[in-house]
Amino acid sequence: MITLLYFARLRESFGLASEQAELPADVTDVGSLTEWLRQRGSIWQEELAPGKPVRAAVNQDMADLDTPVRDKDEVAFFPPVTGG
Amino acid sequence: MTVHVQTEDFDIGAEILKLRQGNTGIGAIASFVGLVRDLNKDTAVTEMVLEHYPGMTEKALIEIVEEAKRRWNLINALVIHRIGPLRPTDQIVLVVTSSAHRHEAFAACEFIMDYLKTRAPFWKKEQTAEGAHWVDARESDETAAQRWIAASN
Repeated sequence: MITLLYFARLRESFGLASEQAELPADVTDVGSLTEWLRQRGSIWQEELAPGKPVRAAVNQDMADLDTPVRDKDEVAFFPPVTGG
Repeated sequence: MTVHVQTEDFDIGAEILKLRQGNTGIGAIASFVGLVRDLNKDTAVTEMVLEHYPGMTEKALIEIVEEAKRRWNLINALVIHRIGPLRPTDQIVLVVTSSAHRHEAFAACEFIMDYLKTRAPFWKKEQTAEGAHWVDARESDETAAQRWIAASN
């Protein structure tokens, strides 16, 4: 089971701030997790489409597509940051 | 080294006084204050809401300050970033750095801001008369952060 968090535009688009998910065995990193979420279709397919400027963090560290995702991890998806 | 994420405003004079009090080794203090501006071309921004990722935000800011400490000989550093609803002219962010000599304080202050803009999980949503929209990230901010990576190689 992992914890998924969504922020800013993604949270609004998905209508979801957080969820718990049981991952299939072939989801092992941020890239395959993104692909798995895309398969939910409609808005998920659209917001997480390849080339969309989406960032991810694993256990509160900035991640890339190759970053491993393991059981009990906290994975967040969000748009490029705009603070300061 | 201190980082704060807060809804309340800050007083730069009071913060600088706290940072330098009793430390005779400090010869230079540099500071940066970011403000909410209204540069929208078409419609006036009436309000802005700052969202963040609790937990990761503090962690990211601490890592940025620690990286600045590795690169320059800093005596102390402070980052305050506000969250929640803000209006044009409000203060959003404060960075203060202290060192023995000015170069270190100036450079570290700019570095912390450039990294904060691209690595700390904050998002701005602008409210205008025509509705609300999320502010897009700017490529120039990424370019500004990248030049520090080039500089360290």
